[in-house]
Amino acid sequence: MNLNLKYKSGYRVPSGCAVFGVINESGRVFNGEMVINAISMMHDRSNGLGGGFAAYGIYPEFKDYYALHLFFDDSLARKETEVFFQKVFKIKYAEDIETGKNNNIKNPPIIARYFVVPKNIITVSEELKELDINNESDYKSAEEEFMARFVTDFNYGSNNAFIISSGKNMGVFKGVGYPEDIGHFYKLDNYKGYLWTSHGRFPTNSTGWWGGAHPFGFLNWSVVHNGEISSYGTNKRFVNDYGYKCSFSTDTEVLTYLFDLLVRKHNISIYLINYILASPLWSDIELFPEEIRDIFKTLRIIYSRALVNGPFSIIVGNQDYMYALNDRIKLRPLVAAKNKDYSFVSSEESSIRKVCPSPDRVWFPDGGEPVLFLLNKKGKKPEIEHSPVEYLNEYFSSNMCKDKQKVV
Amino acid sequence: MADSFLKSFKNIIKKSKNGFIINAENIAYKDLNRIIRELVKNDKDHTYFSEDSGRSEIIEIQKVLGQRYIGDGIQENIKIVLKGTPGNDLAAFMDGPQIEIFGNAQDASGNTMNSGKIIIHGNAGDITGYSMRGGEIYVRNDVGYRSGIHMKSYREKFPVIVIGGRAGDFLGEYMAGGIVIVLGLNTNDFCRSNSFIFKKNEAVGNFVGTGMHGGVIYIYGDIFENKLGKEIIKSELEGSDKAVLEKYISNYFNYFSLHYNLDYNKFIKLEPYSKRPYGNLYAY
Repeated sequence: MNLNLKYKSGYRVPSGCAVFGVINESGRVFNGEMVINAISMMHDRSNGLGGGFAAYGIYPEFKDYYALHLFFDDSLARKETEVFFQKVFKIKYAEDIETGKNNNIKNPPIIARYFVVPKNIITVSEELKELDINNESDYKSAEEEFMARFVTDFNYGSNNAFIISSGKNMGVFKGVGYPEDIGHFYKLDNYKGYLWTSHGRFPTNSTGWWGGAHPFGFLNWSVVHNGEISSYGTNKRFVNDYGYKCSFSTDTEVLTYLFDLLVRKHNISIYLINYILASPLWSDIELFPEEIRDIFKTLRIIYSRALVNGPFSIIVGNQDYMYALNDRIKLRPLVAAKNKDYSFVSSEESSIRKVCPSPDRVWFPDGGEPVLFLLNKKGKKPEIEHSPVEYLNEYFSSNMCKDKQKVV
Repeated sequence: MADSFLKSFKNIIKKSKNGFIINAENIAYKDLNRIIRELVKNDKDHTYFSEDSGRSEIIEIQKVLGQRYIGDGIQENIKIVLKGTPGNDLAAFMDGPQIEIFGNAQDASGNTMNSGKIIIHGNAGDITGYSMRGGEIYVRNDVGYRSGIHMKSYREKFPVIVIGGRAGDFLGEYMAGGIVIVLGLNTNDFCRSNSFIFKKNEAVGNFVGTGMHGGVIYIYGDIFENKLGKEIIKSELEGSDKAVLEKYISNYFNYFSLHYNLDYNKFIKLEPYSKRPYGNLYAY
């Protein structure tokens, strides 16, 4: 069975991996053709052992329901799961995810989706009883917390059924194969989203199996990743202390939980996340002016176990934005581009130019420098907090920093 | 074009007055590179000669997009003109040709290149001139991280990289020979080089010349001491340095039709402390 592949150890090959993401910042939706076209340019970066896509805005008719995408080994696993789901969820709609025949896609699992909301979470979950729920927004965050725990527990305890996507109005479509084959297999030209990310996999430290393909989906988060996380063990134990259990035998999974923990649960601004995951080196921090040096020291010390070491470039999707980040010393490629209200990030410039021949602007983000493209909601300008990057740039551009640094 | 392989691509190959024009749209890199090799092989008598480049043949490739390994290992005295965005490992192990790119280059251009020239009318990605052994690379604007990493010289082989804009971190990492010149002039903010937290007004990023034990880096303007790798020192420019700088910088201005009035006294020269910094490592 495909899903059981995860229990076999893999062979090792030198890595490549391709990532690509595009967002229409005005929220205009477009089908999956563009993203398939772009990722297929980087065919040679992957080796056919994993490809996948995440799309946002694809289920407007069920936008208030959690869209669970599942892989099942067999119909028995499906049946058991559905019986369990009926106890926990109000299931608005369920169906097989439509797939097409593709000769390059071998032995797919059973793939289905369920649009659900949890029944009264207080009665279902003992643990959540202690939560103080006074209003709708409390209930909403309790519900998210319930879903988060449900999904991690479900995947951790299972070896024949996996929830690969659990957000609202979004979905992950992935599997073993080249990304362009996976894209056609799932008929992504039938879906319309405003944000798409994609991945071509070249697995190095773990086996290529359906659940281990990227993107990793968890609530509204999706993560695609090129590289390897040397600090996986530390990061995994860190998120585990907060109840997240890693079940997919692939390092990228832990990034998804880190984002969920830091942004959703610890309420840290997305503008600060890079200072935790790809924190400035101590030698840089020492040069910062005292009053902001403390902020960075604090972040590094409190979140030392959330520091992600090793080479990586990642693209993170969310209902509100697309976010990309490199490791601090930029051991993986990342190119960003902007053309009117479309914004792109990719492993290679050529894949951006394939779908957008002459962007207004193309640039290489630095190591540890985040790229953030926000969705403008209904003509309303997003509420942007003052970005620490802007703040620090202003700060350093003043003469204050000069006396800290000795000119040669 | 007697060759049957070339015949199968006759729709995309046209003769021009001094060589060939290839339309590379949707052509796989393996096919494209084989076409170039076959064309070079078939023109051993050098029918075509360009006085302009001093090269015997010009192969112009249009609509290049992401094809890797272009010009790799070619040892003929030809000129290749690329219009578009070539893929990674452009001109790897190249030994002779001149490649001119009207667009940006991706990662690892000039990887272990032995001789020849690469002229990039745009930006170049990470590890430009990776392990370069000889020849020259001119980049109009900016380069990514780790340019000139581990380049080295030997006898008459002497690699040179001229960067018109800015360079990212780790410039000349483990560099063992040759010259890197960074002008920091013609930048389009493609690569913000300095750790982005700092103000982006310097020509190079952090960790310049880390592990460097040979060669020289010239930078136009001053840089903060904390950006230098611990293996290198700043030294005074001598008369011979100015001659070297003038030679390569005038090439740079010619290739890109640019002109700046440079004050040569503003260049700083970075050299390694020691040719064998790790000579005693593991030796006791």
